[in-house]
This record gives sequence, C-alpha cells and structure tokens, in this order.
Amino acid sequence: MLDVLQSIIPIALFYSAPLIFTALGGVFSERSGVVNIGLEGLMVMGAFVGIVFNLAFVDVLGAATPWVSVLVAMVVSAVFSSIHAVASVSFRADQVVSGVAINFLALGLGVFLTKQWYGKGQTDMVSRPFYSTDIPFLADIPIIGPLLFQKIYLTSYIAIIAAIVAWYVLYKTPFGLRLRSVGEHPMAADTNGINVYTMRYIAVIISGALGGLGGSVFALTIALNFSQSTIVGQGFMSLAAVIFGKWHPLGAMGAALFFGFAQSLSVIGAGVPFLADVPKIYLTIAPYLLTILALAGFIGRAEAPKANGQPYIKGSR
Amino acid sequence: MKKNRLLFLISLLLMVGLVLGACGTDEEDTTEGTEDTTDTTDTEEGTDTETEAADFKAGMVTDIGGVDDKSFNQSAWEGLVAFGEDNGLSKGSGIDYVQSANDADYLPNLNRLVQQDYNLVFGIGYLLAEAVSEVAGQNPDTNFAIVDSVVEGDNVASITFQEHQGSFLVGVAAALKTESNKVGFVGGVEGDLIKKFEAGFEAGVKSVDPSIEVVSQYADSFGAPDKGKAIAASMYNSGVDVIYHASGGTGNGVFAQAKDIKNADPDAYVWVIGVDRDQHEEGVIGDTNVTLTSMVKRVDIAVQSVSQQALDGEFPGGEVLAFGIAEDGVGVAQTNEEAYTAEINDAVEEWKQKILGGEVEVPATDDELAAYLESL
Repeated sequence: MLDVLQSIIPIALFYSAPLIFTALGGVFSERSGVVNIGLEGLMVMGAFVGIVFNLAFVDVLGAATPWVSVLVAMVVSAVFSSIHAVASVSFRADQVVSGVAINFLALGLGVFLTKQWYGKGQTDMVSRPFYSTDIPFLADIPIIGPLLFQKIYLTSYIAIIAAIVAWYVLYKTPFGLRLRSVGEHPMAADTNGINVYTMRYIAVIISGALGGLGGSVFALTIALNFSQSTIVGQGFMSLAAVIFGKWHPLGAMGAALFFGFAQSLSVIGAGVPFLADVPKIYLTIAPYLLTILALAGFIGRAEAPKANGQPYIKGSR
Repeated sequence: MKKNRLLFLISLLLMVGLVLGACGTDEEDTTEGTEDTTDTTDTEEGTDTETEAADFKAGMVTDIGGVDDKSFNQSAWEGLVAFGEDNGLSKGSGIDYVQSANDADYLPNLNRLVQQDYNLVFGIGYLLAEAVSEVAGQNPDTNFAIVDSVVEGDNVASITFQEHQGSFLVGVAAALKTESNKVGFVGGVEGDLIKKFEAGFEAGVKSVDPSIEVVSQYADSFGAPDKGKAIAASMYNSGVDVIYHASGGTGNGVFAQAKDIKNADPDAYVWVIGVDRDQHEEGVIGDTNVTLTSMVKRVDIAVQSVSQQALDGEFPGGEVLAFGIAEDGVGVAQTNEEAYTAEINDAVEEWKQKILGGEVEVPATDDELAAYLESL
C-alpha cells in the first residue's frame, strides 16, 4: 500500500502544480468579475516565454536559469493579459470573446515566433529544466518523508504555498475584500470609493502572471520544449478547477490536486495488485468520471461571483 | 444567469473547435508556399515550348508540421532533393513542396500541384489521406503517393513502413541493455498502427531472452507529455530500465522523466528508445544521454525510390508499398555510441540478417505475436 502511495503522490503533485497556479490566476480574475477564458492562452504564452528565455540565457545564468525563466514568463504573460484587461474592463467588450482572442493570439504568436527564430515547428529541448529533489531534513522523516518529500519538484510545493497565500490575500486583507466586492457588486463598491476599474485591471494582470507561471512550470518540468501541442487543454482544466473549487483559492487547489490524483491513479492502476484486474478503459475514464461524480454529488451548487462576466459602467443602475 | 452559462458553454465548444483548427497556423507558411509556387509557374511559362520532351515534375504537400519539422516532412523533402540531384532537377524546376498551414489547406495545395502539371504528387503523412483520395479520384492522369497511410486508386501508391521490423530490432537492443529484466513500452493511441510497434518490440525482446518482462501502457494521446511522464515515472518506479516509446509528443514526457531520474542520481540505469527519427538530441543531459537508440523510419528513401520508379515509367500505382529493413526503409540509430555498444550492434545486425533471410517472421498483431512467442 505504501509503495502505491509512494508512486501516486509524486506523480499527482507534478501533474497538479501547473494547474494550481493557473487556477489561482482564474480565481483572482473571476473574483473581480472578469471571466477569463484566456487561461489557456496565458499558459501558452508562459510556456513559450519560459522555454525561449531558458534556451537563450542558459549559458549566462547557469543553475538559476529555470527560476529566472519562470519569472520572465510571469512578467510577459502579465503584460500580455493586460490586452484582456483593456478590452474587457475599459472597452467593456464581451469577456468571453476577448478571452478567446487571447487564446488565439498566444498560440499563433508562439508558433509563429518559434518558426521565425528557430526555423522549425518546435524549439529544441531545454538543457536546464526543473529537476525533482529531496527536501533536506523533511525527507528523512519515516513514512511521511519518502511519501511527500523525496524526489518532488519544488514547484509543486510553491504551488501549494501560493494557494494559501492567495487565500490569505483574498480573504484576510483589505485588498482582497475590495477585489471580491468589485466582483459581487461593483456599484456598491464604487459608492464606497473603491476604484472598480483599477481593481479589475490588477486582478486580470495577476491572473496573467499566475497563468504564465503555470504554463512555464508545465513546460519546464514536463514538456521541456515548446511546440503548438505543448499546452493542449491544461488551461481549460484549470478553468474547470476554478469552478469545481467554487471560485475559492483553496478549493481550486484541491480540485487541481484531485485531477492530479485521478490522473495518476489511472496511470498507476495497471501496476497495482487490486486494480490490475480492472479493464483498462475504466481506468482511463476514471479521472473524468470522478470529476463528474464529485461535481454532481459532493460539492453542491457552485455559485459564481454575482457580477462575473458583466462589464461595469460607471453610473448605471 | 442561465443564459450566461449557456453562452459560456457554447463559446467553450466553439473555442475548442477554433483552437484545434488554429493549431499550427502560420502566416509565413502560406506566403512562402505562394511565392514558391508562383516561381514555379514563372519558370514553367518561360520554358513552355522546350519542356515537353523529358519533363518530369514531382511535388509534395506537407502536413501542418511544415517542411522543416525535423521529422517526416523534412525527411520526405530530403528524399525528393536527393532524387532531384540524381536527375538534374532542383527546387522550382522539377521538384517542389507546398506547405500546409492547417488541415483545410491539403485539398487546395494538392490541386495546385496538379494544375501545375506535376506528374507525381506526394501527400506526406496520414492526415492527407482523405484529401489525396479525393484529388486522385478527380485527376486520373496524375500519379499520387501517400506516406504512412493507404489510399485506394490505380494512380495512388501507398507508402507504408514495416515498423514492426524496426521495433523488433530495437527490442533486441533493449533486451541486451536491460539489467532488471524488465522493459517498458509506451504507446500513443491503441490501434493497428501502434500495435505493430508493440508486437514487434515485444517479439524482439523475447527473442533474446524469453524471461524478460515487457510492460505496455497507452497514453491515449499523441500529445500528452504529462501523461507520458506519469507513465514513465510509474514504469521506472516498478523496476523497468528501458522504455521504448511510440507516442509522438507524449514521448517528451518519457524523456523528461528519464532525465529527471538521471539528474537526481547520475548512476541511475534508465534508458529511452526513440521513434520515427533519431531522438538523440532529446536525451541529452549534461555529458550523458538517456537515448539508447531510435527506431528510424526512412521517409526520404521511400520518397526517392518511388520518384525514381515514376520517372522510369514504373510507377507502382494502386500498390501498397511496405518499406522494411530489406529496402532500408526502417532502421536503428547508432548515434549514442557509449550506450549502444558494439556487442548490441552486432546482435542487432545478426537478427537483421535473420529477418532478411526469412528465418524470422516479425509479428505485427497481437495474434501473430502470441503465435510467435509460442514458437520460441
């Protein structure tokens, strides 16, 4: 049993990390009242920038390369997401349409620039991705150590910590209260002197940074290169995690971890004694089935922020 | 609220469709393609009167990977260029390619080459099968060839590969390399094509030592590196030390996992066997390399040989060509000299001769595999 857990947990953790980051981005944006279908595109942007920066600066930065790459990917994606902010907050465009545009633009731009710069459909593999490590001291704890702290990507822990930080920011700080109020009742917030537009801009840009983080972590731990098929659907999985997690940072994290566990179970299943006799097809559909069951049965009604998706027009009632 | 959600769902659906449709969209391609073809038209017009005699033109349409994809398309173009060099043809006069920016470009691109009086038009990759079938039906006077798929028609040659033979040989290599007596196979999507890889591989492994265990798992996708990594992690955890992947982009995850293990412990004994082309580059980590070898499909040789046949007036229309090791259509990469030792190479050569000599009939399906294992 312990062996089984020992193989399931590390896989679930590396699988979930990019989803957690991106889903947190989604939570920020949607909590402020801006629907963000563009998470997929933000991840693509993050993956592209992360890989390109890593390839270009690996000789200069040495061991720090993946960390700096991730930071740069965050910044670029944050800037990129401001397109979505301008369109949906200032110009009051349909937020879904603008999100779709982000998805197109990111993929098109990424693939186009890859062709321009590298002369082929995909980049080379990076020589310095993230590698898994043992956490000092914690890895030596019996039972828990091997389960949770050996051969784990640091990014997985950063993702979990980020979720806790996001929860603190959203629920325990004045800034978070303002951000949520703007998403629930922008007019009331405005009356109280909160600048709705600024708050929404900040929220969308944070979501861009987190989406870029998710994408670059995916690229630098799992795919190791960039092509048009690097990010396919992970952004939408994250969006699902946002809704599954009821627009709550910890909920979104839980949902992303749940996806990771389900996926890892379906892979490991073939090698586990008591699951080995289950026909393959059931293990393959298990993650999706579990998600539907969880959505239908256990979490109850998912209630979106009240003003989610509605552009705010000052002075309107 | 209800309406909102409905809108959201509809747009999500549209979105998925659009994103899939937009995959690989690249403005440059189309412009390049157009320029190329206008060039051809120019030269053609200029030399209209004198070209009637020994004029032979062969062109190819790429799939969305583009002509520089380091894989099938590039290899096919190299074959065409080699054919051109043998016969004094060069790009724009005699041989040419047109790149497809998305799936919708296949038909117009094929038609364009037909209208420019190309005698032989290649469709590179199974994605073009339907388009080739349609255009070939409408243009019985032009010869077509499709790579990696089968299209019926008297003017179409189907170029396929005997992947099971190549997989058999890498299976031999894996069997000699493994120390744990456990090797793995990661497949893309289960079906007849990938089954050939799996059956050939397992047969190759068991031929060397029937006691070696072969673990197979499918990712159900050719583009899911995360799943590939998860499968590789679970296989390496369970004691597998050589993994052969036939799963396209999913294989990236297999390489990522092998390299991660190698990074944590440089003495770790993990190997990956690549597919379709030499994946040596993918396996580099520090000074070592986790790529043991690769099962290489020589699309260039196939394209060159079919072009030559067509030029000689012996176009194999209506036939399904299966390029195997006899034609050098499939092979084993030998770039990692450190890992792919002379002994392994000798053994692989030995089995290759046995296949060539007809002593070994490599299985391509589950049933054939079962029969083959029985006979060992």
